[in-house]
Amino acid sequence: MSAESVAGPRRHRFRWPSVLVLTAVWVLLWGELSVANVVSGLAVASVVFAVFPLPPVAFGGRIRPIGLARLLGRFAADLAVASVEVAVLALRTGRRPTSAVIQVDLRSDSDLYLVLTAELLTLLPGSIVIETRRSTSTLFVHLLDVRNEADIERTRRQALEQEARVMHALASSAELDAYRRASEGANG
Amino acid sequence: MNWHLIADVVAGVLLLAGALLSLLAAVGLLRFPDLLARMHAGAKPQVLGLLLILVAVGLRLRSLHDIGLLLVIGLAQLLIVPVAAHMVGRSAYRTGEVERDDLLTDELSPAVDESGDD
Repeated sequence: MSAESVAGPRRHRFRWPSVLVLTAVWVLLWGELSVANVVSGLAVASVVFAVFPLPPVAFGGRIRPIGLARLLGRFAADLAVASVEVAVLALRTGRRPTSAVIQVDLRSDSDLYLVLTAELLTLLPGSIVIETRRSTSTLFVHLLDVRNEADIERTRRQALEQEARVMHALASSAELDAYRRASEGANG
Repeated sequence: MNWHLIADVVAGVLLLAGALLSLLAAVGLLRFPDLLARMHAGAKPQVLGLLLILVAVGLRLRSLHDIGLLLVIGLAQLLIVPVAAHMVGRSAYRTGEVERDDLLTDELSPAVDESGDD
């Protein structure tokens, strides 16, 4: 089997979980769980990861069901609020919405949580991430329809709360401790 | 109590709500003053609108592998739309398509000017 030979220890970039996820997507796209679909899916996934290798993303955390439920529930509510807000803004006549671009320094230094927080922020009310700085875990966020400094500070706080929800859903105890220390340092 | 009827009614309501949100997203694209504001319209109502339509289709089709496919489409949207908005916004800002003077606050300008690229 070709799929097994490329998975040998010498190909350290080759990661089984990614291949399995991609194979699952392939099977779902074909809409039928059959041997032929699984084998061809494994082959395609192996080729994709051999040709387009991704940088490793370290996930040292653990999934916390309560935190995850809170993250997803809050996200669903936020997405609904954000959609209605933008829709109302689209229909409003008169004053043009004023925008702002602000910097948000996240407290965690993990790529994964940075990406997740950025992804979620874009779908949250009022904010779109337009620039990230990996070295310092900094996000630059575009805000739609802000009136004053208070609006800006409120959104900055919301962005940090979003990061906190991500951390409480996925981070390990050690990561969470480091994150709490960083937050206290930033606040105090 | 007829569950199929209930599912059909819910699907109909979700389909209309999703279509309405997509329409309003299009209105936003036309009416917002600049590119970054338009990205908000392209991201939020558009994604929720599509998700509602996917749920409606799932309720109507009621078959396991169709629902699997709808899940993949929904998840892909949630992952890809923010990345697309990020890339468009990033390049627009850097190529001067964004009127920086119109912004209430601009904390990115100094960072981009000093470091160039990251």
